[in-house]
Amino acid sequence: MVNTSVELSGITLSNPVIPASGTFGFGYEFAELYDINKLGTFSFKGTTKEPRFGNPTPRIAECTAGMINSVGLQNPGVEKVISEELPKLKKCFNKPVIANISGFSVDEYVYTCEKIDKEEQVGIIEVNISCPNVHGGGMSFGTSAKSAAEVTKAVKAVTTKPVYIKLSPNVTDITEIAKACEDAGADGISMINTLMGMRIDLKTKKPVVANKSGGFSGPAIFPVAVSMVYRTFEAVKIPIIGMGGVSTAENVIEMMLAGATAVQVGAANLADPYAGLKIVEALPEAMEKYGIKNLKDIIGGAH
Amino acid sequence: MKDVIYTVESNEQLTENVYKMKLAGDTSAITAPGQFINIKIESLFLRRPISVFDCEDGAVTIIYKVVGTGTEKMAQMTKGQKLDCLTGLGNGFNTELSGNSPVVIGGGVGVPPMYYLAKKLREQNKNVTAILGFNKESEIFGEEDFKSLGVKTVVTTVDGSAGIKGFVTDGMKDIDYTYFYTCGPEPMLKAVYNASKTSGQFSFEERMGCGFGACMGCSCKTKYGNKRICKEGPVLVKEEIIW
Ligand SMILES: Cc1cc2nc3c(=O)[nH]c(=O)nc-3n(C[C@H](O)[C@H](O)[C@H](O)COP(=O)(O)OP(=O)(O)OC[C@H]3O[C@@H](n4cnc5c(N)ncnc54)[C@H](O)[C@@H]3O)c2cc1C
Ligand SMILES: Cc1cc2nc3c(=O)[nH]c(=O)nc-3n(C[C@H](O)[C@H](O)[C@H](O)COP(=O)(O)O)c2cc1C
Ligand code: FES
Repeated sequence: MVNTSVELSGITLSNPVIPASGTFGFGYEFAELYDINKLGTFSFKGTTKEPRFGNPTPRIAECTAGMINSVGLQNPGVEKVISEELPKLKKCFNKPVIANISGFSVDEYVYTCEKIDKEEQVGIIEVNISCPNVHGGGMSFGTSAKSAAEVTKAVKAVTTKPVYIKLSPNVTDITEIAKACEDAGADGISMINTLMGMRIDLKTKKPVVANKSGGFSGPAIFPVAVSMVYRTFEAVKIPIIGMGGVSTAENVIEMMLAGATAVQVGAANLADPYAGLKIVEALPEAMEKYGIKNLKDIIGGAH
Repeated sequence: MKDVIYTVESNEQLTENVYKMKLAGDTSAITAPGQFINIKIESLFLRRPISVFDCEDGAVTIIYKVVGTGTEKMAQMTKGQKLDCLTGLGNGFNTELSGNSPVVIGGGVGVPPMYYLAKKLREQNKNVTAILGFNKESEIFGEEDFKSLGVKTVVTTVDGSAGIKGFVTDGMKDIDYTYFYTCGPEPMLKAVYNASKTSGQFSFEERMGCGFGACMGCSCKTKYGNKRICKEGPVLVKEEIIW
């Protein structure tokens, strides 16, 4: 028998497999397909203070071994997430969930995190700092160490649950941002969000997605993510949730060897709704194949 | 929704670039006409959504036009090949609102879902008219299928090479109907909307990430709130549409 359990800031997960924010809705729709309690946990759709429709369509483009999305954080707003989505989730999920939060100003992050922190079902708050900062000239919070630290500090001041900052890979040195978040009190790092990407339709000679650029993810970005997790593991002491292109149990092991304590699965859920479950089920065999008895023992093993 | 591994039973060319594929396997998740299946194609990341043209116990048939990489690969598939599909996606058409004499209006590759719909309406003994719009005679497909259901079938072509010259809306002029159902390119849907004298249902298309409601890739605004074309659609009722 192998042991697949891992621990994130005192929360024990039966396995490290976590569907990523934006690819799993609020979970309950997947519960019609399989028992989502088999997952380590999952991260729900990026939630903001106000309801958002998001960007115009088309929002999706096909890429080699991946996809571009420009959904633009469509969500019903934190009030409705609490009053409508979480009660539906509660009926089918009995584990602490990861609450993914976004904002366009520090105040918005604070407002939304403070609200979501009070929800019993929430185990970890994952703060997505990839959105543009409306007060900072539109640059994403995640692209400067200073604004990343500012959001971290402000959110930590109003929350009681572990706060993981989700980093954008669209920066010159991701380890610098990670360190700034750690210094500002972050309990962990989630990485990576999507890479900036674009596809152009040869027939119309225009970008495929209406927003022109979008976030590129899927198997194609896996090596980029592994490298970033590897380098960040050396830069910080707090746990890392690794993601980017994970679609197999072997990918989970590789990401953990790079330094991830748990692993998220994003785009793979869209190509195959059972991806999360399949990875969970394949994990013990993959561990045996590579002589791993206790998954926890391999975290950062490649260093 | 159900993930089903189908076996290609046949894949025949209907016109220069339109093909008809019959897939053998579990169809239990397909519960309404107007639903679609989402097809996994070797080496492509995203699945390809295609409407149900016909469905019986143990086999589903689709009709698709070759427009890019995925549909090109589909055109090359042969009998016996396996195909991983998510089935029974979308809300589908509501046949209960049709009244006694509904008209089904399809344009180009919007024709396929109208066939399964017409079949269901005929099973309910409705007096069905079909208006099928194409660009020119050589692109026509499906006409005989509709006729064999006992459906009054009107063909329109833009260049007048067959049937009524003009658009599907020209075919609508001389017909009395209690309700309508339509699927086709968006400009056609809008023209039908403006020309229609009754209530009706429209099937929309959008680029999809997942096809089953998880990614918010396909959202649209309606008078009844935001909807996902893949989940609360692809069929919207006339009264809720915002153009
Ligand atoms: C609900 C629904 C039902 C459909 N039913 C049919 C049908 O019965 N018969 C038929 O021929 N076609 C149908 N289509 C359109 C069909 O999905 C596209 O033609 C097909 O995905 C093109 O794939 P490709 O790889 O050949 O083209 P590419 O252009 O290479 O595809 C690239 C990407 O764009 C997407 N895409 C391209 N065109 C469309 C489109 N018009 N709508 C949505 N996504 C698109 C593809 O899915 C893929 O992700 C339907 C679309 C939807 C949304
Ligand atoms: C359709 C889609 C929507 C996403 N929405 C969010 C979001 O709301 N919040 C967030 O932090 N990340 C979001 N992401 C990013 C993913 O959570 C993940 O970080 C990224 O896609 C990399 O993982 P992957 O390669 O496995 O997809 C989204 C990704 C996709 C594909
Ligand atoms: S395509 Fe993913 S929600 Fe509709």
